[in-house]
Amino acid sequence: MTGVFFETGSLFSGPERDPAGDAGHPDPPERVGFFTDTSVCIGCKACEVACKEWNAIPEDGLSLTGMSYDNTQGLGASTWRHVAFIEQSGPHEVPEEVPDESQPAGDMRWLMSSDVCKHCTHAACLDVCPTGSLFRTEYGTVVVQEDICNGCGYCVPACPYGVIEQRADDGRAFKCTMCYDRLGAGQEPACAKACPTDSIQFGPLDELRERAALRVDQLQEAGVPGARLYGHDPEDGVGGDGAFFLLLDEPEVYGLPPDPVVTTRDLPAMWKHAGAAALSLAAGAAASFVLPAILGRKGRR
Amino acid sequence: MTGTPTRKGERRRKGEELMVPRAEFDSYYGRPVIKAPAWKDRDIAGYFFTGGLAGAGSVLAAGAQLTGRRTMAKTLKVSSLAAVSLSTAALINDLGRPDRFLNMLRVCKPTSPMSVGSWLLAGYGPLAGAAAASAVTGWLPRAGAAATGAAALLGPAVATYTAVLAADTAVPAWHGAHRELPYLFAASATAAASGMALVTSPTSENAPARYAALLAAAADKAAVTAAERRLGMVAETYRSGRAGKLLRCAQALTVAGAATAGLLGRRSRPAAVAGGLALLTGSALTRFGVFHAGLASAEDPKYTVEPQRRGQE
Repeated sequence: MTGVFFETGSLFSGPERDPAGDAGHPDPPERVGFFTDTSVCIGCKACEVACKEWNAIPEDGLSLTGMSYDNTQGLGASTWRHVAFIEQSGPHEVPEEVPDESQPAGDMRWLMSSDVCKHCTHAACLDVCPTGSLFRTEYGTVVVQEDICNGCGYCVPACPYGVIEQRADDGRAFKCTMCYDRLGAGQEPACAKACPTDSIQFGPLDELRERAALRVDQLQEAGVPGARLYGHDPEDGVGGDGAFFLLLDEPEVYGLPPDPVVTTRDLPAMWKHAGAAALSLAAGAAASFVLPAILGRKGRR
Repeated sequence: MTGTPTRKGERRRKGEELMVPRAEFDSYYGRPVIKAPAWKDRDIAGYFFTGGLAGAGSVLAAGAQLTGRRTMAKTLKVSSLAAVSLSTAALINDLGRPDRFLNMLRVCKPTSPMSVGSWLLAGYGPLAGAAAASAVTGWLPRAGAAATGAAALLGPAVATYTAVLAADTAVPAWHGAHRELPYLFAASATAAASGMALVTSPTSENAPARYAALLAAAADKAAVTAAERRLGMVAETYRSGRAGKLLRCAQALTVAGAATAGLLGRRSRPAAVAGGLALLTGSALTRFGVFHAGLASAEDPKYTVEPQRRGQE
């Protein structure tokens, strides 16, 4: 896929080596990210709790959904880590590395996955933000400056993953900051720190991608055919995610879009069509004044 | 949670189905993949309408001024000022933090249609105001004419950029129609402005409004048809539910309004007024319909997942 250059010289889509440098950070540190390996997630929700506590996120409902052990339901303004629970029945291949003979291949399995903001290489939320409140940090992550956000809500439908949201009683938009404050102090984000199984791994993105490629090979060799990486590919519609995943089923099973695209990829085409439409409007209006004059003259003849 | 049955649950309950090829689409308990905007329809769909009325109105006003249609020119300038004022009020009202509306002019970002629109309105609003003020008071006619001309230059952009505003999102019914929406919005804006001209001008002046109405109604129909063809299965959101109802009424009113004005508006002032009101209402309903089609397409995960799956194949 080829990127489209705008007058800023920045790419709208496609692979991008240095998002932080492109955003104007001189000599930025290595781009960091999350690799969430859902094959070892145990659904403890320690990430959700650690995130809420560290970032002082308000409570956002204590309802029971009745659909699964997932009562959090999804990412939102006050939920920046969300553990999805999927109960699947039916025969599933069980990896050979499971040694326990007393537990033969069962007819159900749990999929658990801790979802988070993807910190896209080409972040639609950031692109469409009219105030400059959303910005690219020196670490290549995407953060909302809450002292600038005026709650226009444009980032909400722009996000192809449904991550960012406005807090109803506050008006402003909120999402995961990848613990920007902790990064500055040389600490890993709270969720990764709290994860007891290293399902959430934090580190330089290039290193995580290498580690993930090895892990997915290992799982596939062990007989887990559904194992696949999601959001790791710099060639994908958002230029690769800063937070990517190892999944055991199709992305949509986890509530993730199968092939997300940054909406601004098509923005040059949209402006072109809007320009043509504006000219058509003007031409139509001109014709509406010229036609009666011509026809009127003919009529009088 | 919505009360709709979870597709996933239905499928998974029957274990043997896993042995057959994957169903057309799967979801996480039927929950949406993307988030619908929290925008209120009165404010944002309302703004799409008033912005179109203002922008296209300025173009017709300039034409009326050039061709000596004084009543039409004056009333359209006043209606454009009123519409752009309402637009601004609606946009500020819809902010989560209305007191920070000036942050809209903090940066100028071509990648953000909302930033572009804010600057457009900041330029267009005062021009529309000056044009109207001069027309009403008779003061500074030359400056008034200059403002009229400049407002007419910016007007088409004001009327069509809102389509980009909607299309530059992950909302399937809007983004999927990003090529067609600007033309639909241009047509709908022209319908509204010609409707306003028909309502407010004498029959001796309304010929251009009648032509514009007919052109707009035809273009509106063509753009909707093209958008639906492009959208494939997502076009359902334009045909069913609340959006479907709104768009059917919109289409009927637009066609009836243009026909009434076109056939009878030349001689009968009441017919011109009725046709104009139908065109105005039709234009407003078109915007509300498109708005609600977007919401419907965001709320059901199949409209996000299926087109993406199809694109991968």
